[in-house]
Amino acid sequence: MRVIGNLIVALAFAYVLAPILIVVVMSFSIDAYIVFPPSGWSLKWYGELWQRKEFHDGLMVSLKIAAMVTATALIIGVPAALAVARGQGRWRDLAYAYLTAPQLVPAVVLGLMLLLVFAPFRLVATLPGVVIAHVVVTMPFVIRIMVTTFSTITADCEAAAATLGASPLKVFFTVTLPLSAPGLLAAAAIAFIVSFDETVVTLFLSGPRFTTLPVQVFNYVTTKTDPLIAALSTVLLVFTALLIAAVERSIGIVQAVSTPR
Amino acid sequence: MTALSQRHTMAMILAPAVLFLAGAFMLPLLNLGRLSVFENLPGGAIRETLTLANYRAFLSDSFNLELTRNSCLIAVQASLLALLVGYPIALFLYRTTSPWRGLLLVAAISPLFVSGVVRVFGWLVILGDTGFINGGFKWLGLIDRPLALIFNWTGVVIGLAEGLVPFVVLALISGFGRLDQNIEDAAATLGADPLRRFLTITLPLSMPGILLAFLIGFVVSMSAYVSPRILGGGRIFVLATEIYGQTFELNNWPLAAVLSLYMLLLLVLLTLAYKKLTERSA
Repeated sequence: MRVIGNLIVALAFAYVLAPILIVVVMSFSIDAYIVFPPSGWSLKWYGELWQRKEFHDGLMVSLKIAAMVTATALIIGVPAALAVARGQGRWRDLAYAYLTAPQLVPAVVLGLMLLLVFAPFRLVATLPGVVIAHVVVTMPFVIRIMVTTFSTITADCEAAAATLGASPLKVFFTVTLPLSAPGLLAAAAIAFIVSFDETVVTLFLSGPRFTTLPVQVFNYVTTKTDPLIAALSTVLLVFTALLIAAVERSIGIVQAVSTPR
Repeated sequence: MTALSQRHTMAMILAPAVLFLAGAFMLPLLNLGRLSVFENLPGGAIRETLTLANYRAFLSDSFNLELTRNSCLIAVQASLLALLVGYPIALFLYRTTSPWRGLLLVAAISPLFVSGVVRVFGWLVILGDTGFINGGFKWLGLIDRPLALIFNWTGVVIGLAEGLVPFVVLALISGFGRLDQNIEDAAATLGADPLRRFLTITLPLSMPGILLAFLIGFVVSMSAYVSPRILGGGRIFVLATEIYGQTFELNNWPLAAVLSLYMLLLLVLLTLAYKKLTERSA
């Protein structure tokens, strides 16, 4: 019975991890298209990837967007989360619901919504357009993580500092912010991952002249599949894994994705 | 600090995020409603005259009923499959004392952080005609011709369900709080075998968690676009793919807006059900 139970658990884990592992394995194939098992192993697809200028550009655009989005989402999201965490009653619940509302809207709908308002302002397929869209998508994550973080730091330390004569700004920078460093790191990493991986909303807002790496992968996969895209996906996976490790070390990844309170 | 100045500070630090979302989220949401009552002209032009024609077109086209049915059916099947896979994982993670627990938990929810396009591409490699499963079966001599596992309904459900597992596992683990080892020990003392203990104690006690996990899975699959589009190979039509199609292939933005509002309405109803459920189980 115990053996059967463990076997079921192992199979379940295999199902969850299979597509991720297979992509990594396939990226080392020597074949010109997807065949299993590959007829040989090589690094040639990584070499091919290195040659492709469009993917370099895509990667640079995606990294640039993710960095700008992370900075913007933290600068406007962290103070708002502090206000929510220190707020009380109905007002607090309302603010929290409002700031996390974008999470309830499906990506296709959000993409269409933004396309419709961006089109008249010529913001479609531009850096500012995609950054604004990604800040909307990442805001709920930043708010959730930071509200949890600020709620676990008691207001007592802040009050003590204020009693001793520190100005609210000084309290924030010398007490609240240092105490919430792990949460901040997690929020930054999650915001970066969400922006870096975002595909569907970006699909509505990109064009031939401005696109991100995930959108390139999406467009490529709808027409053909070969080990080149496996190599590219592996690169994306490595970036994500590094950021996940950072979150796991700071506040724990499960903590970061759970709902506060 | 006086109460007044404190409230002032609160409003000030809340303002940037509130104003940003007002402009970049609430305004576009309202604009969606505005656009849905504008007239769509051939070629994708929009005339700003009030009309209910888009809603009439939406209601009179039976294809939309089929889209809703497809979306719901795929959501039900994918959520059930995710539960089937997620339940053993969640129960194992809840009970294990292994030092690897943390790492295994990260593994279980890892699809959450891996880009949807990468996971879907992985499923293409596994389920494709020359992929892992068909290649393996052929090598073993089990089949002559490849099984049709992608670019159809089966592929969409398999790929979609994998992305739901993290949501299901997290919902189930938080629901397992009601499990009590004493009850199971008592049943074991009274002679119940492991299977019977599971069916008469563990499973019924975790029912609220199962229901919650199912609902979350349902909502997430209804919203999914990448899996139905790529694993469906353009042959599986759901609400999400139709919104994209109306926007870019048929250039009918007002109808895409109507479809979006319809989808939001369905999700709001589901979320209300979810709220009711969490209040009851809490």
